[in-house]
Amino acid sequence: MASKGATSSGGAKDGTSDSSSSSKKNSKKPKYSRFTQQELPACKPILTPGWVITTFIVVGIIFIPIGFASLFASEWVVEIVDRYDEDCVPRNYTYNQLAYIQSSETNKTCTKRLIVPKQMKSPVYIYYQLDNFYQNHRRYVKSRSDKQLRSRASEGDTSSCKPEAVGGNNYPIVPCGLIAWSLFNDTYGFSVKNKALEVSKKNIAWKSDQEHKFGSDVYPKNFQSGGLIGGAKLNASIPLSEQEDLIVWMRTAALPTFRKLYGKIETDLEANDEITVVIQNNYNIYSFGGKKRLVLSTTSWIGGKNDFLGVAYLTVGGLCLFFAISFIFLYVIMPRPLGDPSYLSWNRGQVN
Amino acid sequence: MMASERSVLIPSPTTPSNQDLNTAPVLLDLAKSKSGRSESFSKMEIDGKRLSLGPSNIVLRGCQLKNTEWAFGVAVYAGRDTKAMLNNSGAPSKRSRLEIHMNFEIIILSIFLIALCLVVSICALVWLLRHREELDYIPYYRKADFSEGKEDDYNYYGPGMETFFTFLMSVIVFQIMIPISLYISMELIRVGQAYFMIRDTQMYDEASNSRFQCRALNINEDLGQVKYVFSDKTGTLTENKMEFQCASIWGVDYSAGNSQIDQVEYCVKVEGKVLRPTMKVKTDPVLLQLSRSGSGTKEGKHVHDFLLALAACNTIVPLVVDTSDPTVKMIDYQGESPDEQALVYAAAAYGFMLTERTSGHIVIDIQGERQRFNVLGLHEFDSDRKRMSVILGCPDKIVRVFVKGADTSMFSVVDKSLNMKVIRATEAHLHAYSSVGLRTLVVGMRELSASEFDLWHSSFEAASTALIGRSALLRKVASSVENNLCILGASGIEDKLQQGVPEAIESLRTAGIKVWVLTGDKQETAISIGYSSKLLTSKMTQIIINSSSKESCRRSLEDAIVMCKKLVAVAGVANNIGGSSQAGSTPVALIIDGTSLVYILDSELEEQLFQLASNCSVVLCCRVAPLQKAGIVALVKNRTTDMTLAVGDGANDVSMIQMADVGVGISGQEGRQAVMASDFAMGQFKFLVPLILVHGHWNYQRMGYMILYNFYRNSVLVFVLFWYVLFTSFTLTTAINEWSSVLYSIIYTSLPTIVVGILDKDLSRRTLLQYPQLYGAGQRQECYNRRLFWLTMFDSLWQSAAIFFIPFFAYRQSTIDISSIGDLWILGVVTLVNIHLAMDVFRWTWITHAVIWGSIIATFVCVIIIDVIPSLVGYWAIFHVAKRGTFWLCLLAIIMAGLIPRLVVKFLHQYYKPSDIQIAREAEKFGSLSEFGATEIEMNPIPDPPQR
Repeated sequence: MASKGATSSGGAKDGTSDSSSSSKKNSKKPKYSRFTQQELPACKPILTPGWVITTFIVVGIIFIPIGFASLFASEWVVEIVDRYDEDCVPRNYTYNQLAYIQSSETNKTCTKRLIVPKQMKSPVYIYYQLDNFYQNHRRYVKSRSDKQLRSRASEGDTSSCKPEAVGGNNYPIVPCGLIAWSLFNDTYGFSVKNKALEVSKKNIAWKSDQEHKFGSDVYPKNFQSGGLIGGAKLNASIPLSEQEDLIVWMRTAALPTFRKLYGKIETDLEANDEITVVIQNNYNIYSFGGKKRLVLSTTSWIGGKNDFLGVAYLTVGGLCLFFAISFIFLYVIMPRPLGDPSYLSWNRGQVN
Repeated sequence: MMASERSVLIPSPTTPSNQDLNTAPVLLDLAKSKSGRSESFSKMEIDGKRLSLGPSNIVLRGCQLKNTEWAFGVAVYAGRDTKAMLNNSGAPSKRSRLEIHMNFEIIILSIFLIALCLVVSICALVWLLRHREELDYIPYYRKADFSEGKEDDYNYYGPGMETFFTFLMSVIVFQIMIPISLYISMELIRVGQAYFMIRDTQMYDEASNSRFQCRALNINEDLGQVKYVFSDKTGTLTENKMEFQCASIWGVDYSAGNSQIDQVEYCVKVEGKVLRPTMKVKTDPVLLQLSRSGSGTKEGKHVHDFLLALAACNTIVPLVVDTSDPTVKMIDYQGESPDEQALVYAAAAYGFMLTERTSGHIVIDIQGERQRFNVLGLHEFDSDRKRMSVILGCPDKIVRVFVKGADTSMFSVVDKSLNMKVIRATEAHLHAYSSVGLRTLVVGMRELSASEFDLWHSSFEAASTALIGRSALLRKVASSVENNLCILGASGIEDKLQQGVPEAIESLRTAGIKVWVLTGDKQETAISIGYSSKLLTSKMTQIIINSSSKESCRRSLEDAIVMCKKLVAVAGVANNIGGSSQAGSTPVALIIDGTSLVYILDSELEEQLFQLASNCSVVLCCRVAPLQKAGIVALVKNRTTDMTLAVGDGANDVSMIQMADVGVGISGQEGRQAVMASDFAMGQFKFLVPLILVHGHWNYQRMGYMILYNFYRNSVLVFVLFWYVLFTSFTLTTAINEWSSVLYSIIYTSLPTIVVGILDKDLSRRTLLQYPQLYGAGQRQECYNRRLFWLTMFDSLWQSAAIFFIPFFAYRQSTIDISSIGDLWILGVVTLVNIHLAMDVFRWTWITHAVIWGSIIATFVCVIIIDVIPSLVGYWAIFHVAKRGTFWLCLLAIIMAGLIPRLVVKFLHQYYKPSDIQIAREAEKFGSLSEFGATEIEMNPIPDPPQR
């Protein structure tokens, strides 16, 4: 073999000996490395029945306790929800709710009584919940000016705020835009056994918003001065960073049914206490078929009352266990030896 | 003189002066040359004299005229009629098969996109119409605008226009559905794949010091789906170096001495200078001894005649070349046939050195004694007679005719009455030679008596000056003298196959690839190479089609099809256990020549040929013109969806390389044209195996997965966006930050797909080479097909639902704001999508780990960075939402709920309907590979061509 090779190259021996030695020097032979030869050390996981069954069992074992924990946490939360938008309209306006809410003459005050089902440890959070209010509507979301909110210097930066950008005298509205314009303006007063409950309206907004998004030197101007009043008016002597209701409102909600923090009650409420709520029913949700609810709720590590996560975790965990068990059965009944050559397509034909 | 393209040289008995040519009217009647094959004859009229012109009058481009001071010529077949132009089929732009399939799926995705947009805009229209009365004063719509003093519509153009705008807006929001980034990723991946192909040490050719070259960057993955390989022969399968191997003289085989080879450097002294042939030949010591002993003995006489025949019966021109040593000169034999070169070199080694050739005589140096032979006549080789002869006037005044040719044609003209024993022995030796793949030639001789010679001479003179039917007349004359021959012996020449060719062909065929050999060589050569390269085996039934008219073509095709069917039926009965899928069960080889193809290609017979060829396991096409090569490739390419690959090394393969889906050039001795036209270039034919079976397989698997994954990845995000739009009164608010949407396919998810697309390997190189059958996955399109596409889309629909609805229900009726839930959604999408990829990765190297987990971390970092920019709406949102356990529980639930269906289906499928690749992977991992190879491996090692 070797001499054969020598024969074939022998013909031009003299001519090529120089060039072959020179080509040794600049040989283009790729350098060997594990990387270039794609032979890096690697782990090659395979979905073996053992692995899959173990995974499912582990997931099941982790998920089911989490599910129970979430369910208990949710169960532990005490929540009072009261819808008042219909009840707070006098009988004679039942078929003309819009006229009632738009009129400035009508009495908007409304009293409701709520029974505390279980003891509520402080702090008890007060939320208002709006239904069918699309705070995530594209027109609405865009209608604000973050620059204007943050610094006094950019007060005139209202181009994104139309149609609530400038007042009648062409001065910029601060805060401008539909979001601020439609600020929620119902108010609640609480009393238990004729003793007024103090509602804390401090620290209901995000600290980060107060410190960096809403300027402490920006004061409301020309607000709600146009032909159409959208909602609450703001005290022009308080800077925006202190207007916590506005700040909460301007964190636009993700979904059309949402809650916003109204305040906190810093005392415990005992079971079967009767809470008297005096509501100033000012906010117009009647024009678009919205709903208003008042929510009193304690909180837990998963937030408010919501069974969904618990149920979801139990379902997923249960499914995993179910799969684990059925795979064990399958594995026992119909095992397939791994890497068995007789299953190869070109061997299968021959076996039959 | 250098002809610009082709020039006609006019033979003229008398030397015409310049003036003659200037004045004489010349009429040239040229036959139309079809695809560059100038076999038809043309005429020329000069001064009333008619001259017929044939191929021998034509000087091709690049030829150098020697041995004459001057020549007149006319440039013919110039411009568009040049061979190069006629054989140029134009370079079609190639696109990868996967990409073409993918384009269809992209159309489906576009339809999805439009459907989504339509759903959104129709819902938006219905919503607008239902709330038409309220739009003025709804706080979140507020159509009424009082800023101008009077009531006006703000940014509202009626329900129709609003719907239209919604549609356009939804196109913008959902356009990620069409994965534009996919094209960029694909290009990057191909560059990466090319890098590794070029760097592969197993595709580096030491001899030519050349690496693998990736000349086309867009068809890497086509290499994984090849079904047909069209190969050139000379220079591709073989090294194009002929070597004299053995001889059978007068019934005695002289090939035994091969084991103890000594390189005899024969040289002669002429006028004080040493002459030496440029090539050394292996010699048989016994034969060498005999040749030196002279023609005294009977055996010596036979050897003398045989070697004389080898040295004389040819058209080789010896050229004396100077060397650095002034006393030594080299003799270089030049001629059109490499076989003849090999024979002459062999004769020289045994002491019969051809040193001089003029038109009238040759000088042969026999064992140091210069002898002059008059060449009285020469009958050139033609493909009908399949032999050539030369008539020599020897120094001993006897006129001898030496004939050499193919065995079939020679034995028909042998004088059977003489020495049947020798003939039998020679035939046996011939069979032995050809069965080891040697090219055989039989040599015969006859002495002519004076009367015979005169008779021949006169008819030869008449024939060679005849104007009409000259070649037929010459043939007739030749056969009149080429008869009653006495067999001298036979020679065996090896057309050296390139290293590893038989093994490579066997691997390719085991992989289910049909190998067709297209060659310009004559049929016998092609068949003998077919045998030595293990393309043809003795078990195969050969169907040979040599027809010279359309009708006979049709008939032979029809017969062949019938025969083929019969064979299939017989084979089916004989080994019905083998199954019809195996290509080897119908061992039929089709051998067809270029003349038949002229009638078949571009006519209705194409269909029949294809039918026949697809039933044959081997197809050999011989004597084909370059353009016909392309025609054959096109024949297959147009009738099937199978991938075709053409491999060749010379300029004559260019059109075939361009026509095939994948063109591979061998950077050999025949210039650069093939490489320039090719998509991939490499040093040797055997590199085709690692190229196709290993890199092709990997590339295909990677790319197929990558495309599907990209579809999935983008549609998950789009579906999540879509679900949210349903809860924003169809106004295309995106909870997910715009920045995140942009970064999604740039930072969050791009790198893992690219790295996995470059580095992932489903099987190791060793396994793929050991079981070429695994290549079938690409041919069956297992990694990318319509079914997988739909599965992927359903999976992405489910996963998007999990991503969207788990947070949706967990946070319903809560104080969650848009940015916070948006952050949760984007993190959910990215984590899930990356873990989905992680689940499908075959091979975890540190790079894969870094990239996949790094991407998830990078996404968290990016989301945090976006949320610490105070001017954006979502300022600090991530910190507020991630403080709560709900956030992390949602994320965990998303991952599990999203992946469970996929995990279950994947596991069940892999465990109960395993693909070949899956089994091989398991075997690779659990080490049972060697034992299950035992049954299969036997077909792989092919013994080296027998040593002689």
